[in-house]
Amino acid sequence: MALLHISALSVEFPTANGALRAVDQVSFELEEGEVLGVVGESGSGKSVTMLALMGLVPIPGRVRAERMVFGGRDLLGISDRERRRLTGKDITMIFQDPTTSLNPCFTIGFQLTEALRVHERMDHKSARRHTIALLEQVGIPDAESRLKAFPHQLSGGMSQRVMIAMAIACNPRLLIADEPTTALDVTVQAQILELLQSLQRERGMALILITHNMGVVAEMARRIIVMYAGQIVEDRSAAGLFDAPEHPYTAALLAALPERGGIDGRLATIPGMIPGPYDRPMGCLFSPRCAYATEFSRRVPPELRAWQGGRIRCHYPLGDPQRAAKIAADQPALER
Amino acid sequence: MTPVVRARDLVQTYAVRRGLLRAAAKLQAVRGVSLEIAPGQTLAVVGESGSGKSTLGRMIGLIEKPLTGELELDGADAIKRASGTAARLRRTVQFVFQNPYGSLNPRKKIGAILTEPLIINTDLTRKDRIAKAQDMMARVGLRPEHYTRYPHMFSGGQRQRIAIARALILDPKLVVADEPISALDVSIQAQVLNLLADLQRDTGVAYLFISHDLTVVGHIAHNVLVLYLGVAVEQGPKTVIFDRPLHPYTQALLASTPVTTGTKRPRIVVKGEPPSPINPPPGCVFSTRCPYVTDRCRLERPATRVVAGRLVACHYAEKFLQTMSS
Amino acid sequence: MMSLVDTSVPSDTQLAPPRPLWEFWAYFTANKGAVAGIAVIVVMLLLALFADVVAPHSPYVTNSAIALKPPFWQHGGSLAFPLGTDAIGRDMLSRLIHGARLSLTIGISVVAISTAAGVMLGLLAGFARGVVEITIMRAMDILLTMPSLLLAIVIVAVLGPGLMNAMLAVAIVVLPHYVRITRAAVIAELARDYVTAARVSGAGTLRLMFKEVLPNCAAPLIVQASLGVSTAILDAAALGFLGLGAQPPAPEWGTMLADAREFVLRAWWVVALPGLMILVTVLACNLLGDGLRDALDPKLKR
Repeated sequence: MALLHISALSVEFPTANGALRAVDQVSFELEEGEVLGVVGESGSGKSVTMLALMGLVPIPGRVRAERMVFGGRDLLGISDRERRRLTGKDITMIFQDPTTSLNPCFTIGFQLTEALRVHERMDHKSARRHTIALLEQVGIPDAESRLKAFPHQLSGGMSQRVMIAMAIACNPRLLIADEPTTALDVTVQAQILELLQSLQRERGMALILITHNMGVVAEMARRIIVMYAGQIVEDRSAAGLFDAPEHPYTAALLAALPERGGIDGRLATIPGMIPGPYDRPMGCLFSPRCAYATEFSRRVPPELRAWQGGRIRCHYPLGDPQRAAKIAADQPALER
Repeated sequence: MTPVVRARDLVQTYAVRRGLLRAAAKLQAVRGVSLEIAPGQTLAVVGESGSGKSTLGRMIGLIEKPLTGELELDGADAIKRASGTAARLRRTVQFVFQNPYGSLNPRKKIGAILTEPLIINTDLTRKDRIAKAQDMMARVGLRPEHYTRYPHMFSGGQRQRIAIARALILDPKLVVADEPISALDVSIQAQVLNLLADLQRDTGVAYLFISHDLTVVGHIAHNVLVLYLGVAVEQGPKTVIFDRPLHPYTQALLASTPVTTGTKRPRIVVKGEPPSPINPPPGCVFSTRCPYVTDRCRLERPATRVVAGRLVACHYAEKFLQTMSS
Repeated sequence: MMSLVDTSVPSDTQLAPPRPLWEFWAYFTANKGAVAGIAVIVVMLLLALFADVVAPHSPYVTNSAIALKPPFWQHGGSLAFPLGTDAIGRDMLSRLIHGARLSLTIGISVVAISTAAGVMLGLLAGFARGVVEITIMRAMDILLTMPSLLLAIVIVAVLGPGLMNAMLAVAIVVLPHYVRITRAAVIAELARDYVTAARVSGAGTLRLMFKEVLPNCAAPLIVQASLGVSTAILDAAALGFLGLGAQPPAPEWGTMLADAREFVLRAWWVVALPGLMILVTVLACNLLGDGLRDALDPKLKR
């Protein structure tokens, strides 16, 4: 049975001029011990999806879903109290900026032992011992003396390690990492990613890694979900995605990476911008920017369906042998 | 041909207050960096936080005055500025900032932002100024109706284009770009990088491109300067350095950069974190984290030498030359 | 060949992005208190402007025959003098209406003087730093340490009683607030990249001050100014009550209160009505100021 099962998750934010759909009908599954990468640019809804899962969507956001099941437990009807028992213990999350994720008024030791005291009901002494062991596990030297330190005394890399220690303290079954290394230097990033990998392997915990950096998921994830404008557009194994992306957006994103060179020094770009609340297309959300858009795809939104061992939301996947015929038949859009 | 920039031994330190009673500490941001950029070329300055790359950029961009060192911009001495050369220097070098959301005055229309440098530095008539601004806008891919809009109506990528337009409107010979695309999405980064390349090809402007992202540097740089704690540990042509990095820090940077394609470089995960620029190590700046450190490294600061077509500051650069067979 | 220019999106656009002024108005009017405040102030402004036309009688004509007449809804009152008359037979309604003109003039003039002077000093302190900044800020601190009303009284005592001098005194008393706000905003803006960019373009200090930085400091100043109107009216009323501000027979609300002290028990309307006018005006200004601050503060925008 899948560890996590999400079906038709949507998150809307009411604004002065109508509702902003930050997450649109997102469905996916996660097995025990699986490493899933979620990539997307800004506005893709990748962070909000995970916040919805954790119950952390800020007011006035509205969360709706058909199913949200974790470890057999239904997260939809859950009371706040029961949710608090889950988050921080079985599902934990670490965020992008470690310097603002830690409470500046309390020592590291206090914040670390907090999770243990609340969820595992440990007494002070054993919590302390456990914490020192955790800090050593995440590679913080001189762990005992660090317990008295305050967050502002730590560097970015150290703070992120403390965050990770807090997140794994109660042996979670799922760790969600939202852009955990974006604010860090490259060499420190490599250290943190290596740490996450080794912890994941040792403890067999599932890991959802949210990032906009394709290189990071290439190294870490077994399976990758690509999100665009609040929707999942592709869900595929990492190897498959990088070798042969099926969705035009994924292909365009990869082609735009500087490391992929480009012909005579120019990078392939994606014209246009992601749709805002005022110009949401009727059909496929990517159609205004897609090189293969047709009159049909502009009118009719594609469904997320099984394709080539994964899933895709596109009328004309790149690996479809009949796509040229289909595109021609559906009248390619003339203006681009 | 006169190089657009010639810098020798630039040094910059800041005084850091540590409370009322203690003496101020000295933060050595840049410790003797020399560089040259030929016209129409791009020099990428690479480093992590605390490397001093922003400070170096600001010195060359004439935003800060270096403590010591020589700086020549298009042949003119930029430090001992003779009277009247300030304007000429301004027209030689311009700056593009990292944050697209802070570098444009939110209360000014785009047209006003673009024409301001012209008002201050040229005698163009109002009509000519507007024409030049409109021309620049078209070149960076903006539409004429954007002239009367305010910055908050634009996306991050568009704002950077406006910032680039502003930098180029005085036809400078050099543009210092401090992490100009770090805050942008991948697809927008590609657009801006293409724009910068096109403008360089059309106008012959040189770039001092500051970045921490080696994939970007690998794409656009002709030459690379690797900074660590204010010291240029390796500098030279990009292909030479990327093919065979001789300095352990460069090797670690290249190995740590996650990539989606190509062969994976051997994983050199550097331990620890960069020491504070207030307390740099006495010998080689990288000695606290280098996997190959020896006692000599800890005590003696390595000289910058020419090895295999580039400048490198490491006692054992030649050894890496031998061991590498890529 | 993909172009760099942003393509116009061919979609079915149902909503158009709101224009900034309209967006500000939408936020502002969502706050019912602010709307009430602005309505009251508009009414006051109209009364002040058209006082000569609206007021049924002259505020200065005395008539001891009709002294201390009660308001029309009480026994003995009449609609000829709807809100009654004071101790020497002047019509209360007319005096109150003309008082609006005086009070608003005071409020706006004081705010104008202190804003102008405060912004100048704040800009100077923020740009110059060093000794200049220290001198200015310590001077402001000294002003702030003194109780505002006492300071105003001292200044008026030195300059001599009268409305102009009272306004000047109040302006000096509230000056430090404007200086501090401006200086704080200037220092914050000077750290932003667009100022450095202007410097790189060659902008001199004056251009930086007035064309780059000052427009961006406007929001907190506007809020302070609208709240400052109410402070000014209150302080001027207090001075008037003490006999140091507007001199009789000027129909300034505070002065009217001073004249009416002895009639608190006998003729409540001579005391209560001017007090009520002060209350309503000050409340309206405060509500307006709060509404402006909420509407202008980008962080509160949802």
